[in-house]
Amino acid sequence: MRKLKNVLLLCLTLAMVTGLATQATPADPIKIAFVDPLSGPFAATGENGLNQFKYAAEAINKSGGMLGRQLEIVGFDNKVSPQESLIQLKKVIGDGIPFVFQGNSSGVAHAISDAVQKHNERNAGNRVLYLNYSAVDPALTNDKCHFWHFRFDAEADMKMAALTDVIAANKNIKKMYIIGQDYSFGKAVADGAVAMLGKKRPDVQIVGNELHPIGKVKDFSPYVQKIVASGADAVITGNWGADMVALAKAANDGGLKVPFYTYYAASDGVTAAIGAAGVDRIRLVHESHPGNPNAPKALSEYITGYRKLHPQNDVNQPRVHTALNMLALAVKKAGTVDVDKVAAALEGMEYTNLSGDQVIMRRQDHQLQMPIYISVHTNKNIQHDLDASGFGLSLESKVDRDKATQPTTCKMQRPS
Amino acid sequence: MEQIVLFSILNGLVFGMLLFMLSSGLTLIFGMMGVLNFAHASFYMLGAYFAYTLASRVGFWPALVLAPVLVGLLGALVERHGLRRVHRFGHVAELIFTFGVAIVIEELVQLVWGRPAKSYQVPAALDFPLFHLFGSAFPAYKAFMLLVSVAIFVFIFAILTRTRAGLIIQASLTHPGMVAMLGHNVPRVFMIVFGIGCALAAVAGVIAGPVLGTFPGMAQVLGSVVFVVVVVGGLGSLSGAFVASLLIGTLQTFAVALNVSVGNVLMAVGVPAAASAALHDVWKVTVAQVAPILPYLLLVLVLMIRPTGLFGTRET
Repeated sequence: MRKLKNVLLLCLTLAMVTGLATQATPADPIKIAFVDPLSGPFAATGENGLNQFKYAAEAINKSGGMLGRQLEIVGFDNKVSPQESLIQLKKVIGDGIPFVFQGNSSGVAHAISDAVQKHNERNAGNRVLYLNYSAVDPALTNDKCHFWHFRFDAEADMKMAALTDVIAANKNIKKMYIIGQDYSFGKAVADGAVAMLGKKRPDVQIVGNELHPIGKVKDFSPYVQKIVASGADAVITGNWGADMVALAKAANDGGLKVPFYTYYAASDGVTAAIGAAGVDRIRLVHESHPGNPNAPKALSEYITGYRKLHPQNDVNQPRVHTALNMLALAVKKAGTVDVDKVAAALEGMEYTNLSGDQVIMRRQDHQLQMPIYISVHTNKNIQHDLDASGFGLSLESKVDRDKATQPTTCKMQRPS
Repeated sequence: MEQIVLFSILNGLVFGMLLFMLSSGLTLIFGMMGVLNFAHASFYMLGAYFAYTLASRVGFWPALVLAPVLVGLLGALVERHGLRRVHRFGHVAELIFTFGVAIVIEELVQLVWGRPAKSYQVPAALDFPLFHLFGSAFPAYKAFMLLVSVAIFVFIFAILTRTRAGLIIQASLTHPGMVAMLGHNVPRVFMIVFGIGCALAAVAGVIAGPVLGTFPGMAQVLGSVVFVVVVVGGLGSLSGAFVASLLIGTLQTFAVALNVSVGNVLMAVGVPAAASAALHDVWKVTVAQVAPILPYLLLVLVLMIRPTGLFGTRET
């Protein structure tokens, strides 16, 4: 009888041990939330972003994943609305997902950043990390900075500094027109342009500084008329998505032949829409080598691989690759998915990105420091075109990391 | 200044006439069936996408005819096999049905053509500036848009007021029972009007696609303004829709073109400048910034002052 009892006890212990063992088996994937528009006017931008995340995650999974676990990117549709984003963020937290990526619209970014900060301060055991791969309002890493926000794109002022360097060198430009979407990012671009042009080229006159509602304008012809009437020699715009396509089309139709200095006038249908009319006229400031001419080998292979999967779409955000890989490295270094430890590991991390540049996550404000590239829309010598249109971006100039860097007002509070 | 005024008038006319092509069908359908067709702008989007695909196969000009015909047939089918069945459950069911159709069409468009904007270009034959004035160009294509929409306006008006078919349609609008008694097939008239309304929306889509962009959100962007046009003009009134379209078209372009801030306007109506400190944020907003909400402001005003709309006969 006693023997039987012992056997039973042994069985029970064994069952418990194996039970515990299966629980600890790193079989279930590490989920990563992607909160961006997957419907509505900006769905094209969000969908392409999600695909780039899945593509980058697949490569990481093939080489072993994070801590031996696979990555799983889960899309959440926020319709570029701050309110909807907060609902989605609740879902993310409810599902126990520790990492949140978001990029489209700084308006949304502010909402998420605030909510994440408040949540983390109140819920020490259940924190989330906000990884911002595209929202470039400088305030996010200045006055509004906090420990659980990291930015992997160059903020608007870093880009504006590079753009204004190019503009300052062009003596043909005497009158500048600034047009943008009416929200924090559009305003940041306008303020940056006015301040930096004023410093570098005080002789350039700002003949127009206009904000229009985001995603609401049907026809940009009246705006183009105003630009023409102002006699501007060049235009600066931070427009993206459908607003950039429509502005470019209206400029073509209205016979506006001046150069455009832009943040986002490429891919997701914009390059195809601009077509021949934008050749040597549209310039773009971004964080990566544009792929032409002589793309770095790693970037070239990455673009080619993505095109095979998505023939109509482009790798317009190589920073997605940087962000996800830096996160994977940080998790590896921390040896856990604990948010505070991963965040600490990310601080000051160095990484060589697809363009072959050494980037570094500045501890002070969590803004990734990187070189800035300026390229021009053309169809000459294009190996990697955009929108499968035959047109693409060709490198014109590169501003080194040390020159592109901007000061910050951030006073980082770290959890003790 | 003359340049801005002239081009604003031209752009306002082009945009206004485009709105009219959409709202004419919507207002006719409402007048006849008493149902606001939420899917109307979706047929406009389908027109653009059909034309984009057809234009790459058979060229722009055949597409200009074929796409509206196809969309019109599709619209007639939706009426015959969908709306007519739902009709007996009342207006709410019809409203929800059209809402559903709009969502289905948007999702289908994304499934078939994908989410990125399509590169639907202006036909080469019309891709030149018609005239240059004060340094800016007026594209020939916009003149063509204006021409097409005016031609369609004249055509509809002629049919409705000068032909027997128009007589029956007009009679069915107000006295469907009597028309049926006289031996006319009223449900068929409804189907034809619905189909033609959708075809008109599709024409608007075909000619607007290359200018305003062809993307899955295009129905949403224009849809809400079209409802404003129909309500402001008076539900069921074709001439009301015409006037309201032009009104809203020019209102929007002029609001953008004028460099006036809310502060200027308030000062002009006698609010003392001292208020500028208290209303600092509002004071500096320019009229251009609020241009896209002006139609909705107009909508609220019209509903308050004249609930029947400018030319309407019944309360909305």
